[in-house]
Amino acid sequence: MNEWWSGVVEQFTRCFIEEDRYMLLVRGIGVTISVSLLAVFIGIVIGFFIALCNLSKNKVLKTIGGIYTDVIRGTPSVTQLMIIYFVVFATVRWPKWIIAGIAFGINSGAYVAEIIRAGILSIDKGQTEAGRSLGLTAGQTMVGIIMPQAVKNIFPTLCNEFIVLIKETAIVGYVGLMDIQKAGDFIKSSTFLAFMPLIGTAIIYYVMIKLLTLGLKKIEESLRKSDIR
Amino acid sequence: MSEMIEVKNLTKSFGELEVLKGIDKTISKGEVVVVIGPSGSGKSTFLRCLNMLEDITDGEVFLDGQKINDSKTDINSIRQKMGMVFQHFNLFPHLTILENITYAPVKLKKMTKEQADARAHELLQRVGLDDKASCYPVQLSGGQKQRVAIARSLAMDPEIMLFDEPTSALDPEMVGEVLDVMKSLAESGMTMIIVTHEMGFAREVASRVMFMDDGLVLEDGSPEQVFNNPQNERTRGFLSKIL
Repeated sequence: MNEWWSGVVEQFTRCFIEEDRYMLLVRGIGVTISVSLLAVFIGIVIGFFIALCNLSKNKVLKTIGGIYTDVIRGTPSVTQLMIIYFVVFATVRWPKWIIAGIAFGINSGAYVAEIIRAGILSIDKGQTEAGRSLGLTAGQTMVGIIMPQAVKNIFPTLCNEFIVLIKETAIVGYVGLMDIQKAGDFIKSSTFLAFMPLIGTAIIYYVMIKLLTLGLKKIEESLRKSDIR
Repeated sequence: MSEMIEVKNLTKSFGELEVLKGIDKTISKGEVVVVIGPSGSGKSTFLRCLNMLEDITDGEVFLDGQKINDSKTDINSIRQKMGMVFQHFNLFPHLTILENITYAPVKLKKMTKEQADARAHELLQRVGLDDKASCYPVQLSGGQKQRVAIARSLAMDPEIMLFDEPTSALDPEMVGEVLDVMKSLAESGMTMIIVTHEMGFAREVASRVMFMDDGLVLEDGSPEQVFNNPQNERTRGFLSKIL
């Protein structure tokens, strides 16, 4: 038992303490969070516009929205990431994390668009008619009447999408970014130990997402509070 | 009396189905027109074409001489002059009663927030619901919701009010309170077009009754003429079933 324990301690020290290797993971957390936050922001903006395109009566907009969703959903995100990084932004000297954030944002936008579209469609058509019959424009009705109601329906599904997105960013190693996953992998190859770094990586992701889930639940509850029954 | 609404050869199709088959009507200022007829006769569609909630397939509709189904016409400014009350009220659930009423006038810069609030309280008093100003729609009964919906439309100071089966979704004991509000509105001189199944109300309040069936207006006259001496066979058939 003692021998086993001292083995564990030794492995832990080699993986995380020696040569300040834990700093790799700490920086990795920063990278994962930055890429995810940027991607979430871009994803919501793109998602909102693509949702409006998909709901529009205009054939051109509808086609654009349809192709976007179709292409993004039909290709792996790692392929998209590599195309954006090595092809689209090949000559642009921006920080890697920004380009990765854009790539994941473009990817997420397609899924967010479907979530927002469903949320808007869940609001009774009579709400739009009432708004328009008062003389509000289509835009005013969307922003002032439909969206405030749709947000409550959209929020929980959107949270789920963001959790998926954070885990999806574990592939940024493909374009040379040292996120949590890549940091764990790096420690694995420099110490020749697999168990500690990989389980450590998993625990960091798990705790991050757990904290996020709890936070989002709180927000959701406060959104629901305004539903006076 | 001046012509307010002029409808020329109005037709409306949903795909292959022709719902309105050519309607020519003129409605003057101050008239209270009640449109009756069996389900599926096109009454509601007719009403919804008047403020373009339905696209007009063919024909023309004019408000105060301005063609509304013209791509150059700003339909939003036309709609500000035409209030509409729906069968299912369609109050905005995320806004208080007061905000439901003030939202459009303030947003469309017809009034300041203070003016709109004052006007809303005045209208709520008129429909007997000023004590509910800070409630949310879920806290109101059906009849109360519909009275608020009427107040909401009136807040835009419309020239004409359209009612699309305003009492059809209400419990029977709540129909009266809504009809009372509509009656006093008619007495105040508002031009109104009402699609309804309330024949008693039509007899008492309407200045003109139209009977529609199968996409056409088959009978058009004073309540006495239409109810007591209908000319068309189908009008007689319909009235004998419901009266």
